[in-house]
Amino acid sequence: MRVGLFVTCLVDLMRPSVGFAALRLLEAAGATVVVPPTQTCCGQPAYNSGDRKDARALAAKLVAEFEDCDFLVAPSGSCSGMIRTHYADLFADDPDMSRRVAALAAKTRELTDFLVNDAKLDRVPGRFEGNVTYHDSCAGLREMGTKTQPRALLARVPGLALKEMAECETCCGFGGTFSIKFGEISSRLADNKCGHIAASGADAVVLGDLGCMLNIEGRLRRRGDDKTQVLHVAEVLAGERPV
Amino acid sequence: MQVASMHFKERAHANLHDARLQAKLGNLQAKFVMKRRASLVELDDFEGTREAGKAIRNRALDNLDVWLETFERNATARGATVLFAETPADINSLVLEIAAKHRVAKIIKSKSMVSEESALDHAIEAAGLTVVETDLGEYILQINNYEPPSHIIGPALHKSKEEVAQLFHKAHGTPVKTGIEELCLEARGVLRQHYLTADMGISGGNFFVAETGSVVLVTNEGNATLATTLPRVHVAISGIEKIVPTLEDVATLMRLLPRSATGQSISNYVDVLTGCKGEGEFHGAEHMYFIVVDCGRSEVLGSDVREALRCIRCGACMNHCPVYQNVGGHAYGWVYPGPIGSILTPMYVGLEKAQDLPAASTFCNQCGVVCPVKIPLPDLQRKLREHAFERGLRPWHERLGHAAWTWLALRPALYAPGTRLMARVLKKMGGRRGLIHRIPFGSGWTEERDMPAPSGRTFRELYQQRNGVGR
Repeated sequence: MRVGLFVTCLVDLMRPSVGFAALRLLEAAGATVVVPPTQTCCGQPAYNSGDRKDARALAAKLVAEFEDCDFLVAPSGSCSGMIRTHYADLFADDPDMSRRVAALAAKTRELTDFLVNDAKLDRVPGRFEGNVTYHDSCAGLREMGTKTQPRALLARVPGLALKEMAECETCCGFGGTFSIKFGEISSRLADNKCGHIAASGADAVVLGDLGCMLNIEGRLRRRGDDKTQVLHVAEVLAGERPV
Repeated sequence: MQVASMHFKERAHANLHDARLQAKLGNLQAKFVMKRRASLVELDDFEGTREAGKAIRNRALDNLDVWLETFERNATARGATVLFAETPADINSLVLEIAAKHRVAKIIKSKSMVSEESALDHAIEAAGLTVVETDLGEYILQINNYEPPSHIIGPALHKSKEEVAQLFHKAHGTPVKTGIEELCLEARGVLRQHYLTADMGISGGNFFVAETGSVVLVTNEGNATLATTLPRVHVAISGIEKIVPTLEDVATLMRLLPRSATGQSISNYVDVLTGCKGEGEFHGAEHMYFIVVDCGRSEVLGSDVREALRCIRCGACMNHCPVYQNVGGHAYGWVYPGPIGSILTPMYVGLEKAQDLPAASTFCNQCGVVCPVKIPLPDLQRKLREHAFERGLRPWHERLGHAAWTWLALRPALYAPGTRLMARVLKKMGGRRGLIHRIPFGSGWTEERDMPAPSGRTFRELYQQRNGVGR
C-alpha cells in the first residue's frame, strides 16, 4: 500500500514534528510512505479568498504529485477536505481534470480516518500521562467526518484519559485569513474555546489541524496560560513531541 | 432600511464590548441550539425531510414564473388582488395606494421582514397615517424609535427584560414592571385596542401557495390572526421566492420550519388565508391584497448564489453561527443578519457596500449542516468572495500577499529555501519563550493572540537530512 503523505504547508513551516508523527503512524500501520518532494500548498488560501485561478494552478500541481499513490493522507481535516470536497468545483469545466480530481478525491483521507478505517491500526506507539480534551476542527468534522476516529485512537494511548469539553464542535475562530482580516472576532472565538478547554480540566488540548492549533495556543499563551499543552493528535499517538 | 453593512467591523467591535448584549447573546445556545436539537429526535428521518424540503423549494424556484402565474390566477379567482413590487419604493407606494383607495387611517402590522427592506413604517407615517407593529418584538423596537431588528425571528432578542420594562413605562406611562408575564399583559392590553380600531392589517407571508392562492403565516403570539382578520383590508407582503406549489408542500416544510427555528414541533398558530370574506362568512378581511416582491430576487435567481432563495427564514443559520453568536445581528447592518444575511445583503444592496459580510465567516459550515433546506451557505459566501476578487474590490495588500504566496508555492525550487528562511526568521522572532508577540502586517492576529514560533527548520529539510541529502 503506497501512501502519499501530504505534509501541508503549515506543518512543513510551523511544526515539522506533526509530519514525522504522521510518517511514524503510517509506517506503523504497514504503509509504504512516499513524500513527494515538490509538494507545497493545496491552494485553499487562494480558493477561500476568491482567487480561483491561483487555486486551480496549485490544485493541478498537487494532483500531478499525488495521483499515482494508492492514498493521499494529510494530518489535517482542512487540507484533505479541500482536496476531497472542493477540488471538483475548481475543474468543473475541464472533463479531463475532473476525472483525475475525482480519482484523487476518492483516495484522499484525513490521517486518523485512514488509520482507523483503511489501515485498521490497532496499536499506537505513543504514551501520554494525563487528561486531554479533544477539539473537533470544523473541516475535519463537517467535511471529512472525523469525529470518532481520533477518539478511538486516543483511547489506545496508555496513560491518557479523555475529558470532553463543552462545545467541542464549535469553531475556534481560525478560519484561515479570517483570523487576520477579522482578528478581533477571531480572537473572541478563540477565547471562548480557551474557556471551555480550561473548564475541562485537561492538561492538553488535542486536535487535528495546525491552523486551529496555532490559534488556540496563541490565545492560551496571551491569556497567561503557559501550562496547557496544545498537541496534534498525530504527535500524541506517535509519541512525537515538537522538535 | 438604511444600509450600514460597510461598517461591519466597527459595529462588531462595539458589540463585542457591550456587556449587556453579550449576556443576551449568551442565551442563544439554550434558547435555540439546544431546543432545536431536542426537537429533531421526534422526526424519524430528519435528513430525509431536509432533502424533501430542498427538493420542494428547488421545484418552486426552477419554474418560478409558472408558479407565480398559477398563484396569481388562483388568488384572483378567490377575490384577492395580486400586485407585484419591483423595487422597495414600489412596495411603499402600493401600500399607500391601497390605503388611499379604502380610506385607511390606521394600519396594524404583524411581522414582515420584507417590509423592513423598504422601511415601510416610515413611509406610512410620512403619508400621515398611523401604523402599529403587533409582533411583540417588533412593537418593542417601534416604541424605541424604530430600532432595527437584530434577528429575523426574534427581532428584539438583544433587549433585556429591564430595557423592555423601561420602554413600556415611557411609552405607556405605566409604572415600571418587573415580570415578563406582567409586561406581556400590558402589551396585550395596549395592542387589543389597536386591533379593534385599525382599518388595514399588513402581514408578511411565510409561504404563498400556488395551487390555492393562499398565504401561510407561522406565528406564536396570535397577533397575525387578529391583524389579518379584524380590519377591513388585509395586505400580505412577501418575496417572489416564497412561492410553494401545493399545500402538501407546506405540510412538509412545516415539519422543518418551527423545529429549526424555535425547537417547536409546531408553532402556536398557523394561518392559511385564502381570498376575501365571502357572503355569509364571519371571519376575514373584506378586501385582500398580495404584494409580491422582487427587490433583487430575480437577479439572485439568475446568479450563482440562487440556492439562497430556498431560505424559509427559520434563523437556524444565525443561531448556530459562532460569528453571529458573538457580534450580534446589528453588526451586519441591514435587514437580514448572520450567514443568510451575508448572502442576501450583498445581493440586495450591492456587494461593494457589504463585502465584509461574506468575508466574515470562518467557513466552519455549522450553518450549512443545520439549514433545513440544505443551502450550502459557506459555498455561497465563497462565490461572493470570488465576485469581490474579480471586481477588484479587495485591498491591494491582500491581493499582493496571495499572489506572492501562489507564485512561491508554484516554484518548489524557490519555495524550499524561502520557507527555510521564513522558519529561521520566525524562530528568531519568537525569542526564548517561542512566542511571537507582533507580526508585521499581521496585527489582526497578534493584537489579542501570540503566534507560536516554529522550531527553525522545515519538515522538508529535516526529512531530507534523515533520509540522506538529495533523496
